[in-house]
Amino acid sequence: MARMNMVQAINLALHEEMKRDENVIVMGQDVGVNEGVFRVTAGLYKEFGERRVIDTPLAESGILGTAVGMALAGLRPVAEMQFSGFSYLMMGHLEGHCSRYRSRTHGHLTVPLVVRMPYGGGVRALEHHSESREAMFAHIPGIKVVIPSGPRNARALLTAAIRDADTVVFMEPKRSYRAFREEVPEESEVWPIGKARVVQEGTDLTLVSWGAMLRMALEAAGEAHARRGVSVEIIDLLSISPMDTETILDSVKKTGRCVIAQEAPLRLGPASEIIARINDKALLYLEAPVGRVGSYDVVTPYFGREQAYFPGVDSVRRAIDETLDF
Amino acid sequence: MPAKQTYKFSIPHLRILDQDGKVNKKLDPGLSDEVLITLYRRMVLAREADQRMLRLQRQGRLGTFSPSTGQEAAACGPALAMEESDWLVPAFRELGALLMRGVPLHRVLLFWGGFEEGNIFPGVERTLPIAVIVASQIPHAAGVAYTMKYRREPSAVLCFFGDGATSEGDFHEGLNFASVWKAPVVFICQNNQWAISTPLERQMNSETVAQKAVAYGIPGIRVDGNDPLAMYAATHEALERARAGEGPTLIEALTYRLMMHTTADDPSKYRSDEEVQAWKDRDPLRRMRRLLDSRKLWSDTEEEALLAQVKVQIDGEVKIYEQGVRAKPDVLFDHVWAERYPEIEEQRAAFLARQQGGETHG
Repeated sequence: MARMNMVQAINLALHEEMKRDENVIVMGQDVGVNEGVFRVTAGLYKEFGERRVIDTPLAESGILGTAVGMALAGLRPVAEMQFSGFSYLMMGHLEGHCSRYRSRTHGHLTVPLVVRMPYGGGVRALEHHSESREAMFAHIPGIKVVIPSGPRNARALLTAAIRDADTVVFMEPKRSYRAFREEVPEESEVWPIGKARVVQEGTDLTLVSWGAMLRMALEAAGEAHARRGVSVEIIDLLSISPMDTETILDSVKKTGRCVIAQEAPLRLGPASEIIARINDKALLYLEAPVGRVGSYDVVTPYFGREQAYFPGVDSVRRAIDETLDF
Repeated sequence: MPAKQTYKFSIPHLRILDQDGKVNKKLDPGLSDEVLITLYRRMVLAREADQRMLRLQRQGRLGTFSPSTGQEAAACGPALAMEESDWLVPAFRELGALLMRGVPLHRVLLFWGGFEEGNIFPGVERTLPIAVIVASQIPHAAGVAYTMKYRREPSAVLCFFGDGATSEGDFHEGLNFASVWKAPVVFICQNNQWAISTPLERQMNSETVAQKAVAYGIPGIRVDGNDPLAMYAATHEALERARAGEGPTLIEALTYRLMMHTTADDPSKYRSDEEVQAWKDRDPLRRMRRLLDSRKLWSDTEEEALLAQVKVQIDGEVKIYEQGVRAKPDVLFDHVWAERYPEIEEQRAAFLARQQGGETHG
């Protein structure tokens, strides 16, 4: 066991997987000599060389497009988008090819690759560096969208993503990159994609969250427990697509109340989908409407105003209270 | 403003077989009689298949498709230069190249007939299916080529696209990545001068497509795209360069689309009959036939026999296509991901239950 932050844990997974399988290569802007703008790829260039750690030209579509070709030819590229805000230039390949190749060839040709990208706000970053657009990616069938919330699950899920037979968009909450450390096991772990985790058991209310919001959810739940003795069950979604409906439903059927806390804007977001699934399968178990926390449906403001925009512990706490007091 | 010249370029133009079927002896790639006949037979097959597909489409037996009539030299010449271990990355107007790779015609028919089975080529390796999103296959080809280089395999990639594709960002990104990586890939632009209704002069302000290679520091050559020998020779040389580790080449095949873009448009709306007629006179099949005639390799009897044989072959493929695909109705739920997940499986179960009850989804 070693204590490490999320950057180190992701780096560990990359090291381990590159060592394990020489088809695994890392590519992106500044991922080699410079070791990534967040140092996520530290040490890889030195250890594996420029053939396996490729400093690419500056072009997001080109990065994913060439990665698609590599994956079709048998490599396992791990492509980095420097920031999720620049990733939309590669959407053509994600929607047009990553999502379709397996289906359009009935499994004869597949695109097993990982697109890593730091996303989300809260670090007072420049324009285009703070959005949470997981819903955009998760809307595309045939790709997977994974969001870790801490070092241990980041390492275990990235390992799973690299070994996965399909394209995985791996969104890294950059607010959590160095926010805290955690014990990460010595041995490589593989957590199944498409599976949520109950990180705290409870009986009164289900709180679903993911990414950087999970820490705020934990804090809000702790506060609610201290203040009014409420027992909150917290689910870390981890995988936006495919989505683990079962774990959420089991919990909601037990607690009868649910709040979903996401950093992304509310409209048509993952929370909306979760509510739809609860409506389909557990409506009659509900004691109150499902509460929803998220950003406003406005353009992400510059960081001078980001505190007014992003949800935090207070908004989660308010939603817990409203759902309990309904 | 007085300035020193830093870089000058010129773009070669290659023609070996002229319109009268005469070969420029200095440039003759020296294909054997047998190979020349094979090449002609493949071009005729591609033409006849294309024309049959057009009729099938008009009869409602095939979906919208993009005819390649008139562009047989630009597709078959390069395919002839390929090794089996090379990769073919097509766009959607290279019927002749697909057939020469060994893709059965009925697979192509299935693609345009609305079935994913048209992307499965049993026994044919290293041949990607048709790419509909213009230029998107160009970076794919660069990535496949990188993989060949990474594995130190002496194989190259042949990537097709049209003149419209050269306006796309993926054209630039694909050629840029490939040239930076010195990846073994040959880019062939079938410049048929029309992107649906957009003529070349509205597509680009460059004199040639080939000169765009200069920007990437790779060789660029304009080839008479209706000359199968020139297309073969240029591709052969470029593939050899690529396999030898010397990086990519851009070949512009100047040709003409004699039919519509797809069966969904009417070219008379945007171009003149005179223009089309002028290019009909430069038909690559006619040119190839003249060559065979001049070398006494062909006769009208052989032509008749070939057409009869090709018809039988196409009839057989159409029959296989029209027998349909044998897949279970819920196959559309099978390949979302390699693993199966409850959210899709529930929809599959609902679909099957509705089917059993005689209901339709609509």
